[in-house]
Amino acid sequence: MPYIPHTEADVAEMLAVIGVSSIDDLFCEVPENLRLAPGSLDIPNALDEPKLYAHLLDLASKNVDLSKVTCFLGAGIYDRYIPASVGAVISRGEFLTAYTPYQPEASQGYLQAIYEFQTMVAELYGCDIANASMYDGATSMAEAAIMSTSLNKRQKVVVSEAVHPHYRQVLDTYCWSMDIEVVTQKSSNGLTTEFTEEEAACYIVQYPNFFGSIEDLAAVRAACDKNGSAMIVVSDPVACALLKPPGHFGADIVVGEGQPMGVPMGLGGPGVGLFACKKDLIRFIPGRIVGKTKEVHGDKPGYVMTLRTREQDIRREKATSNICTNEALMALANTVYMIALGKNGMRSIAENSVRNAQYMISELDKIGIGAMTNKVFCEFVVTLPKDAEWVCGAMLDKGILAGLPLGKYYEGPPNTLLVCTTELRTKNQIDTYVSALKEVLA
Amino acid sequence: MRQTTVPEPKLIFEKSRAGRVGCNLPKCDTPAVDLSSILGETRVDLHLPEIAELDLLRHFTNLSHINYGIETGFYPLGSCTMKYNPKINETTARMTGFANLHPLQPVETIPGALEILHGVQSILCQVTGFDYITLQPLAGAHGEMTCLMLVRAYFESRGEGQKRKIVLVPDSAHGTNPASAARCGYDVKSIPTDAEGNTNLAVLTQVLEEIGDQVAALMLTNPSTLGLFEPNIEKICKMIHDAGGQVFCDGANMNAMVGTTRPGDHGFDCMHLNLHKTFSTPHGGGGPGCGAIGLQKHLEPFLPKPVIRTESGKIIADEDRPHSIGRVAGFYGQFLMEVRAYTYLMAYGKENMHRISKFAVLNANYVRARLKEVLPPAHDRPCMHECILTAEKYKKEKGVRALDISKRLIDYGFHPATNYFPLIVPECFMIEPTETENKETLDEFCDALIAICHEAETDPSLLHNAPSTKIVGRLDETLAVKQLDVRWIPGAENKEYTRLRQAIS
Ligand SMILES: Cc1ncc(COP(=O)(O)O)c(C=O)c1O
Repeated sequence: MPYIPHTEADVAEMLAVIGVSSIDDLFCEVPENLRLAPGSLDIPNALDEPKLYAHLLDLASKNVDLSKVTCFLGAGIYDRYIPASVGAVISRGEFLTAYTPYQPEASQGYLQAIYEFQTMVAELYGCDIANASMYDGATSMAEAAIMSTSLNKRQKVVVSEAVHPHYRQVLDTYCWSMDIEVVTQKSSNGLTTEFTEEEAACYIVQYPNFFGSIEDLAAVRAACDKNGSAMIVVSDPVACALLKPPGHFGADIVVGEGQPMGVPMGLGGPGVGLFACKKDLIRFIPGRIVGKTKEVHGDKPGYVMTLRTREQDIRREKATSNICTNEALMALANTVYMIALGKNGMRSIAENSVRNAQYMISELDKIGIGAMTNKVFCEFVVTLPKDAEWVCGAMLDKGILAGLPLGKYYEGPPNTLLVCTTELRTKNQIDTYVSALKEVLA
Repeated sequence: MRQTTVPEPKLIFEKSRAGRVGCNLPKCDTPAVDLSSILGETRVDLHLPEIAELDLLRHFTNLSHINYGIETGFYPLGSCTMKYNPKINETTARMTGFANLHPLQPVETIPGALEILHGVQSILCQVTGFDYITLQPLAGAHGEMTCLMLVRAYFESRGEGQKRKIVLVPDSAHGTNPASAARCGYDVKSIPTDAEGNTNLAVLTQVLEEIGDQVAALMLTNPSTLGLFEPNIEKICKMIHDAGGQVFCDGANMNAMVGTTRPGDHGFDCMHLNLHKTFSTPHGGGGPGCGAIGLQKHLEPFLPKPVIRTESGKIIADEDRPHSIGRVAGFYGQFLMEVRAYTYLMAYGKENMHRISKFAVLNANYVRARLKEVLPPAHDRPCMHECILTAEKYKKEKGVRALDISKRLIDYGFHPATNYFPLIVPECFMIEPTETENKETLDEFCDALIAICHEAETDPSLLHNAPSTKIVGRLDETLAVKQLDVRWIPGAENKEYTRLRQAIS
């Protein structure tokens, strides 16, 4: 086995030092009836490396990946360009194969990068501070909701129906297991306008929301103030390069999915949960936080994981969360991405996404397909004259992932479709979409 | 004396110059629009760095030089299974047919991905001995929590949800165990470990007599965090079952058992796996994790959605699950990590799988034997995949703590072992070499530790002042908490940020 380097001579010497005659002797404490004979598992035989490569390539090529179709599907995971520098950095073994930086003196590189990550996430979201990452956008939102219940000791969270349905399902699961009530707030015409629950620990909205519409966060803030509830916003970090960010509206906690910033779609995983908030909430935050400090015996600055007494390894059942391993490598990808694009690049891809969406809305309008009329960033809902699932099937035959049919998620006629244009879509691709749709609907 | 010549790294923000960009950005060919008429108020300030591509690469290459990974050197961090992460796994995970899949594209378009997920599930069912595996959980702790949710749903379905509100956790358990129990609304009761390092059966018996009908589950790590196989495992599972409870296995230590023994045969009802430990998906400096769970048939109705299973010979992603606990993650779990795990499992295959545990246990016992004179084992029994040693005598006699020895190891070019976990062993050293380390490396490491223990006797200050060869010396963690500085803020000359600086510092 190539990954196990022992020679027969090594094994003999090692056994002699240990003082046993065979490796099996070392398993003497495993009750005999529980031991397996080598090779007795009913699993496939080993593949050598060329066969392994060929087998995986074969499986990979069975999928319709985005090199084979044009993607107008978004809904939380986005087809954005990943600069080559991102892959180069996160492939470096010093980062890729490190563990959590428990030994700061041997992990300054990663710790500094995470400090830079925290700075840029906080900046994008317009918040004071951010943590070192959560699992994904959905669990980050659930953690924020649970955190809000410990801020004001209320056991009810309110979430807008215009928040990603999968995120809401994860919220339901987390809250069920902690006896927290979840109330879903109806939306109208793709926007959340009512906030009537008075005993809410928090109100959760998405910005831009699941339908692509830009919610009125000032109104959300006012409702939270009135009811004494925390304001939680789920937000696409790329949109925040262009829109006034949630933190500037006074959001208490802002969470989101970092995948659009340099992480491959990868069927949705691994992604990375972003988590930012107001500074006075820092002691309630779940997960790791990196802080700057100095040497004990010197003056050099350095970085360490800090406020550790919130965490499970120290506080056990009283910890702010059970999270331990997070998504450091994806956070590093985000960091490289935000630097590679920088201030102007982030703004430019956000703007280009808006341009593409506006062009597509107007072209669709020309063939009689109307979009919801709210302010939108790069996604919008259109109403089709036919069943959206069927239309998507027909569009796929023409090499286009046309969007997400919403019938599965919301009541009402099954003919609404959520369409997304990132900066990667071209005029030509949009024109092709529109003419294909015209044909499909004819 | 510091030997390093690496200059003190600047923050990327300090290197920023207006007008630079680090990426050849895509051009837009659709018509320009008036942003304010479309979006209303847009953002004016955005303080992100402006860096040229080469400078970006240098920044991170230099940072990588002050970071230690498995590919840098030996990484015997106990409980973390820092084995080699094969390069072929990275190649396969980057194939466009896997990397460029959208989680919401129609399932009919991802048969190869479903084959991967189903393939990993089937192999792990065999390796663990459980009836079902789900790959939804995103890390180890997430898997623990998901298992306890299954337990909770199971008891609710039997009308015992209100009654069974206690989870038993041994005092040697990892912190995520009690924290995950709390996340599922359970009260935690600690169970002590006996002098031999096993679960204290007398106490367990008594606890079950007193509150057995309130116990939802026991969370047991096997092999324990003491690196010992629980010889009474079948009996313990039976005791809990007789009291009507469920038994969860913390599978962070599965590396000791792969191909040799199966938790599903021990009597456990469910378990979590850390694919980022046992099955070699890289840990990435703190994540992504990848936390599969295994379960027996009676917990199957409650599986999180979607359930990847076969139906009339076809693999499907089943969302129609009336008794499901729901979704625990945004989409299908850590798919690209599953591609890596699948590649790894197929590289070992039927004929080699057992070698993982055999050689992991051999290496750990070798290190244990070589070090026993200087760092005695906490228990006089063969260890499994990791050995737990104690440095208590150096603390008593020389004021040298396990942490000091660890910091000195850094000077010798090694990553330290785990210290102060499990909490019940004084001045604990938890060493997990893994099966992928050769004998020479183990010898060098043991020689270094022996030399360090000698230094502890003759010149303890060498240890107290370690490390002295890295970019920084020992860092002040108390100061970090006292003067919280968790983000960079531009200088005071920047007016917009004066407020923020005041607010945060
Ligand atoms: C024994 C044990 N259990 C559980 C965990 C939790 O795993 P994770 O960090 O992936 O959440 C760990 C590792 O951190 C562990 O060592």
